[in-house]
Amino acid sequence: MSVTVKIPTQLRSVTGGEAETAVEEASTVGEVLDGLYDRFDGLRDRIAEDGGLRRFVNVYVGGEDIRFLDGLDTQVNDGDEVTILPAVAGG
Amino acid sequence: MAVEALKCKECRATYPLDARYVCEGCFGPLEVAYDFSGFEAESTRRRIQAGPHDIWRYSDFLPFESRPKTALAAGITPLVRADRLAEQLGVREVWVKNDAANPTHSFKDRVVTVALAKAQELGYQVVACASTGNLANAVAAHAAAAGLESYVFVPSDLEEQKILATGVYGTNLVAVEGNYDDVNRLCTELSGERDWAFVNVNMRPYYSEGSKTVGYEIAEQLGWELPDRVVVPVASGSLITKIARGFEEWLEVGLVEGELPKFNGAQAEGCSPVAQAWDAGRDFCAPVKPNTIAKSLAIGNPADGPYTLDLATRSGGAIDAVTDDEIRAGIKLLAETTGIFTETAGGVTTATLAKLAERGDIGADERVVLVITGEGLKTLDAVRGSFETIDVQPTVESFTAAAGVEAVA
Repeated sequence: MSVTVKIPTQLRSVTGGEAETAVEEASTVGEVLDGLYDRFDGLRDRIAEDGGLRRFVNVYVGGEDIRFLDGLDTQVNDGDEVTILPAVAGG
Repeated sequence: MAVEALKCKECRATYPLDARYVCEGCFGPLEVAYDFSGFEAESTRRRIQAGPHDIWRYSDFLPFESRPKTALAAGITPLVRADRLAEQLGVREVWVKNDAANPTHSFKDRVVTVALAKAQELGYQVVACASTGNLANAVAAHAAAAGLESYVFVPSDLEEQKILATGVYGTNLVAVEGNYDDVNRLCTELSGERDWAFVNVNMRPYYSEGSKTVGYEIAEQLGWELPDRVVVPVASGSLITKIARGFEEWLEVGLVEGELPKFNGAQAEGCSPVAQAWDAGRDFCAPVKPNTIAKSLAIGNPADGPYTLDLATRSGGAIDAVTDDEIRAGIKLLAETTGIFTETAGGVTTATLAKLAERGDIGADERVVLVITGEGLKTLDAVRGSFETIDVQPTVESFTAAAGVEAVA
């Protein structure tokens, strides 16, 4: 069981430059993020607040915004790709 | 020049004026910060009046140290008094800001000319964008004029007119299977991987500054006065919030007096995340899957949604949504009363104005400006079948019989 997480450039200073990382043993998006927070110091402060995500952070599973799924409770399966991106682009 | 830095709209952290758009501390959007404290109204007004007949006359309020030279300019579009429209709606005074009268026939020429000037200043050779169509037209054209390579990413189901009017400029036109929000996500990812200037991603703080010039022009064209109300289409919310910012800057400098006009945002019901949040009294937008004929407004995940809600609240305005049938009727109403043929987004805006008038929201003494952002020839399907032609043989008898109009003499 392994999920690939794509890290945006804005967060690579806290991931030691890693653009992509794998998280094992997670069944929801929330658990995937918890796995990242444990591994990378300072990441939680950047993208999370009050137990949820900051409002300008978007998270996708397989290209779908988790707000169209079950939010942080969205299930992830082996081989899924989770993408973290800034929300302020476009228009 | 007053430009100082990039500043986070959320936590106020500052950054240098380079290609970035997100606060690394809190992920909030970055915006250009200025110091207008040294500005004196009269001399600033004279500098504007002596400036070129395009948006660069406002370069004191744009993010450059000196006035850029661009191959294709934009702006100084007509502000037309629309008495027949006002009469039809039962309101006193309506003006139409017709931004279809730009080089590629939409307000996007303003933002692109600013973004490309900054991209060139920063040394980029390739420019790109995620677009619902009008931006694609503008990026392709301005890049061609400037001699830059361009990549424009659009949803594959875009109107044919917008596809053709983009490809003609010799751009790399990328049709993405998905909606605009998918295109936007792809470009956001690509912007981290390519050394390109994505006008509405890593150049977004500069790009969005171009929209302030809509506000400056309205004020200058009204004789250095602010209107009482502005009706503006809302997709990402960038345009409406930047028009307001333009007015606020001129109030600060003293180029205009009074208070911020009421801001009414206009959305299509088939993609109305901001209007839905407004109706529910929320200060954030839940994303939606767009399904509307107003494809240029079909952004289900609006970046400036929360700031648009805040603007409507603090200015005493509102955010409304109209149906596809109301959009078609809005296009006809504007065309039949002003001679201006707008695209579906303008139908949204006109229909929203009609709705406000019908609801009695517009005061008897108000001066209202309707912001028309694009050209009807780009969304022809919206008016197909909306009228009948009189088909005749080339004879007087045939015409008389068909038209039912007898000759006078």
